[in-house]
Amino acid sequence: MKKAFPILGVLTAILLSYALYMALIGAPTEQTMGDVQRIFYYHVPSAWTAFILFFVNFGASVVYLIKRKPAADIVALVSAEVGVVFCTVVLITGPIWARPVWGIWWTWDMRLTSTLVLWLIYVSYLFLRRFSSGGQTPTLAAALAVLGALCVPFVYFSIWFFRTQHPQPVMGGGGSIDPRMLHALLINWLAFSCFAFLVCWSRYRLEKLQRDVDQAHALESLLDPHRSVP
Amino acid sequence: MSGNPYLFAAYAVTWIIHIAYLGTIVSRYSRLQREIEALKKK
Repeated sequence: MKKAFPILGVLTAILLSYALYMALIGAPTEQTMGDVQRIFYYHVPSAWTAFILFFVNFGASVVYLIKRKPAADIVALVSAEVGVVFCTVVLITGPIWARPVWGIWWTWDMRLTSTLVLWLIYVSYLFLRRFSSGGQTPTLAAALAVLGALCVPFVYFSIWFFRTQHPQPVMGGGGSIDPRMLHALLINWLAFSCFAFLVCWSRYRLEKLQRDVDQAHALESLLDPHRSVP
Repeated sequence: MSGNPYLFAAYAVTWIIHIAYLGTIVSRYSRLQREIEALKKK
């Protein structure tokens, strides 16, 4: 396992470099939007990766609620944290793309608003985990995560059921895409998914170590109650 | 590909966010290492 991490890290770095090349040079220039459309190769894969991470958070939260396994709680926390990072990328790259194409940075339409609400739900989840103390925090967080996951399909399908400024989905929405563009999109998604997996792995190890250290501090204060816990 | 400021901004912001987050992981890890060293000394 110790060797797998650096090998996967190097492979991900190569994949990310190739994905960047495909996004900036390999994929053809879109006719109406021009080069600014290339934001698509970062914006859409980041959104898909965030959605997957929120589903992982949902699965881990359900496992935690049923089996009370600490490992499931750590997976839930880590996936939500990395998911929020990717969702932040989506919420920032979206307006940067919208400004030259729509003429506005933001509009309160269903897709944009629901994505912002989704981000706020998971930010509150992380605040709950960070600032709430007590044994019930993981259970409360898991319950919030289940509610948050219900928003993910709503965000994805909102452009099917509501009239929005946001374009229709590239895949499964009846639209068509140039095969070279699709290739660049999928390569970027694969690269960002590998990157997210590596970040989650690092963050999982860090959280596990943090809990071990906290346990050691608690044990130390039990053995020597006159010493203050940092 | 021409130099489009919006395109550059979007790609730069993406990597700034990811690198900043990786930075927080590294700093938390360093702090934990110091705590572990302190625990070992006791």
